[in-house]
Amino acid sequence: MRTLDVSEVSARVREAVQAINFHTPAPVLVQLNDVRLNEPSEAGRLAMHDIVVNRQVASEMQVPMCQDTGMVVVFVDLGQDLRLTGGDLRAAIMEGVRQGYAEGYLRKSVVAEPLFERRNTGDNTPAVVHFDLNPGDHLRLTVAAKGFGAENMSRVRVLTPANRLEALKREVVQVVQDAGPNACPPVVVGVGLGGTLEMAALLAKKALMRAVGQRHPEPRYAELELELLDLVNRTGIGPQGWGGVNTALDVRIEYYPTHIAAVPVAINLDCHLQRHIDLEL
Amino acid sequence: MAEAGLPLALSIPLTAQAAQSLRIGQRVQLSGVVYTARDAAHQRLAEALAAGEPLPIPLNDQVIYYVGPAPARPGQVIGPAGPTTAGRVDFFTPALLAHGLRGMIGKGKRSVAVRQAIVEHGAVYFVLVGGAAALISQHIRQSELVAYPDLGTEAIYRLRVEALLMVVANDAAGGDLYEAGQAQFRREVA
Repeated sequence: MRTLDVSEVSARVREAVQAINFHTPAPVLVQLNDVRLNEPSEAGRLAMHDIVVNRQVASEMQVPMCQDTGMVVVFVDLGQDLRLTGGDLRAAIMEGVRQGYAEGYLRKSVVAEPLFERRNTGDNTPAVVHFDLNPGDHLRLTVAAKGFGAENMSRVRVLTPANRLEALKREVVQVVQDAGPNACPPVVVGVGLGGTLEMAALLAKKALMRAVGQRHPEPRYAELELELLDLVNRTGIGPQGWGGVNTALDVRIEYYPTHIAAVPVAINLDCHLQRHIDLEL
Repeated sequence: MAEAGLPLALSIPLTAQAAQSLRIGQRVQLSGVVYTARDAAHQRLAEALAAGEPLPIPLNDQVIYYVGPAPARPGQVIGPAGPTTAGRVDFFTPALLAHGLRGMIGKGKRSVAVRQAIVEHGAVYFVLVGGAAALISQHIRQSELVAYPDLGTEAIYRLRVEALLMVVANDAAGGDLYEAGQAQFRREVA
């Protein structure tokens, strides 16, 4: 049986939270440069210029791209045959976040309780951690730093099956429209469909974790993603909301079976930073 | 909407005359002292104004920057310091403009009440690119804590900025970059 010491998890998470805040994967840079070159709006091109140059500066200086270094979200895919040693996996993830945010001079943006004192926890923990158990002896983590300009503008609704496709399109466009400049466009739109209320929200977040340019494997969903992208880009919002045709970089759908009575829909927005990374341990 | 053209160099204190000459879409290179304040600091400034207490910062012809910087690495003036969403302080802004505040720097749309107060008092709202914090912080030469240290990243700092490049989003003539820019590129569904 394969064993893994959880201290390795801490070390990898510590590196990952810094890397996603400092550095830009090549495909993301290509994607943003394309937008910069193709955007017909002059104001939009100015915004894209700053977005691209900022990434070069952040990477060279090893500083975060944005002062909102996010709340950490971790998706854990654990093989049920893997034996973990050395302690508690959840605590090890939190330790990695704590060390990474201190070592990388990342902003600590987490408050301990949402309603009353809202006291900062001081180390950006806890992260939001989702566990998934599967056959095998692997451990895969997806680590994201979620900015809240975009999280603030996200939404969950449960639609009825009647006229569902039109209602879905209206809802996606409405969320992006209401978010306007606040979600820091060009955004990525994650759409979670089906399951229950909380499952839809989880799927929307997972959709944001997909790699650049990856379409849904089912052609009808892939087509719908492109149709929604076109609808969203007709709003005119553009980069930073300064006007233009690039309001969203992508729309991605994930779905799950659902009940005969409903179509749960979650729409989760991500800003142009797209800070996430996949780890294999 | 103004053609972006070459940026206009402006310095702070920003006079009413200078502010009133600006138009949406215009690029401005701002130099001088700005004060940082976001949600929590605005709450306290509003409470002080309501109670008739003196404020910890001057407002007349001054500029407030909506920002909560990331920590500085040793040897750096400031950590990444990009704009935060301005709309969250809209509730407090008209009172500050009535007390002489001339300019604001942030990101995102302002409320109708703020836009009216900008026109009424001859003020201006500038925007920076959200998420361009590393680039922006290179134009910040000095940073000094002024008030409310208990608020951490939300405390008020006095920043000296040099040639910080921004765009006019709301002007004293009632213009709105977001409305004008978006109307130009909105397309009906075929």
